[in-house]
Amino acid sequence: MSLITSTSPHATVKNNTGAFMRQVIYATLPGLAVLTWQFGWGSVINVLWAVIVALVSEALFLKARGRNIAFYLKDYSAVVTAVLLGLALPPTAPWWLTLIGVSFAIIVAKQLYGGLGMNPFNPAMVGYVLLLISFPVAMTQWLAPGEPLSFVQSWQLFTGQLPVDGLSGATPLDTFRTVQSSATDTANALANQGILHGQFAGLGWEWVNLAFLLGGLYLISRKIITWHIPVGFLAGLGLPALLAWLIDPVRFADPLFQLFSGGAMLGAFFIATDPVSAATSRTGRLIYALLIGVLIWVIRSFGGYPDAVAFSVLLLNLSAPFIDYYTQPRTYGHKSSNRGVS
Amino acid sequence: MSDVNYKKISMDGLWNNNPATVQILGLCPLLAVTGSVVNAMGLGLATLVVLMGSNACVSLIRNYVTDAVRLPAFVMIIAAMVTVIEMLMQAYTFELYEILGIFIPLIVTNCAVLGRADAFASKNAILPSMVDGFMMGLGFLVILLILGGMRELVGQGTLFTNMQLLFGPMAANWELTVIDNYGGFLLAVLPPGAFLGLGLIIAGKNVIDKHLKEVQKRKASDEPKVSRRVRTTGKVS
Repeated sequence: MSLITSTSPHATVKNNTGAFMRQVIYATLPGLAVLTWQFGWGSVINVLWAVIVALVSEALFLKARGRNIAFYLKDYSAVVTAVLLGLALPPTAPWWLTLIGVSFAIIVAKQLYGGLGMNPFNPAMVGYVLLLISFPVAMTQWLAPGEPLSFVQSWQLFTGQLPVDGLSGATPLDTFRTVQSSATDTANALANQGILHGQFAGLGWEWVNLAFLLGGLYLISRKIITWHIPVGFLAGLGLPALLAWLIDPVRFADPLFQLFSGGAMLGAFFIATDPVSAATSRTGRLIYALLIGVLIWVIRSFGGYPDAVAFSVLLLNLSAPFIDYYTQPRTYGHKSSNRGVS
Repeated sequence: MSDVNYKKISMDGLWNNNPATVQILGLCPLLAVTGSVVNAMGLGLATLVVLMGSNACVSLIRNYVTDAVRLPAFVMIIAAMVTVIEMLMQAYTFELYEILGIFIPLIVTNCAVLGRADAFASKNAILPSMVDGFMMGLGFLVILLILGGMRELVGQGTLFTNMQLLFGPMAANWELTVIDNYGGFLLAVLPPGAFLGLGLIIAGKNVIDKHLKEVQKRKASDEPKVSRRVRTTGKVS
């Protein structure tokens, strides 16, 4: 019988930022695989190139700021930013697009604010929005799903040798936007548009989103993220969509289409859950994510852009401190919490 | 105020107390119209003339206006100056006047102008006041030009486009296409580009200031060391 007593802390699992971030990277792999299956090698090339750019720009700025380069590179946060941005970019993206987006995300949105933990906005989404408003044409050229390009074609698109014009096609959300503004009977028009509907949502995109959902569930099971943000996000997007669709199925897309198109699942499990820029308290996280979801639905249904994950996340990043301020939990031993203006 | 230090006034306006990078005044026109060099030049020159004129007038009446009503009086003078400039631009550079639009009348609300009137011209004689107005205006103009150049270069890949709007037909071929077949970088032309650009300019100024300070410190600390070494008889460390 062993009588060895050890003092606290008794936790033995070594959890550090790097380990958490690596789990996030693993969880994106199913999504990356499906993107490759549907659209060809573009996304893989994007992600790898983005990681290289992110590491180089992070190292350069850590050096300029006089920090320990190896220590901060090992927390994998730059890699996660790069992977998420690489996944969000269209697979037709040329090299300079990724270069500008990722270096801006790392240098301006992260390092200039003080590095990991200090950035008020999600760096990947800052990079994405920068590219979307600066290069709207290059950023909206997706390929037709289910007809993946060969590696050579993807590589030529990446280096700019192959013009993208002949290859690109509209995404389901793009098509929905055009159909919605022109036709009177959207449901029929959607069904007639062969490229739009797959088994239950946007063609091709349903599998991409399903894969990200799978990765997200893995993250929840490993306790990397809590359920609050994804559930709030999907409820915020799904409930208004359901309500509007029940009232007017001609004008509004059905909730499944909304939930499994575009960047919905990637946003819900990987982007909105960024622990640095999201709200912190549990209630706060629910409110934060719910509002992101509602905003996405509003912009998709009435706004000028087909998808809105990036804009919504950035807007709610801005409100996260405010939400936290009003959702501060009660501290043990106190009768009421110290929230709001006292 | 018999011996006025014109060098100090100039250095304040151009560098140490630059309205755009140190006082951070007049941001609205600074950020809104610096999409190209010609816009920046037009607004910068207009502001410079207004600053000089208003400083001169304010300095002339400084002994007759009581403290209680001084600000309304200054604003009236500035508004009059701006109206003159606006009419001049309408007459001679009509297209530029159309492009700059509301931002010419808005020079009235440029805090740098009222700030200089109150902080300098109302306490100094007419000549130093005019020099101060000129130097402050020049400092503002230089920053506007740098920002305009940066945004035009990054946003459109050109420099000095449409300079004929300001300098007449002979300036029509001043346009420099720095980067051929440039796709354009919209962000630089949009307002965020102005904020980023100004932030970089201010950061650059701070870096230069820090460097200058270090150089000065080294100079100051060098001299006594030299004399100490002279006195050492043993090892020189």
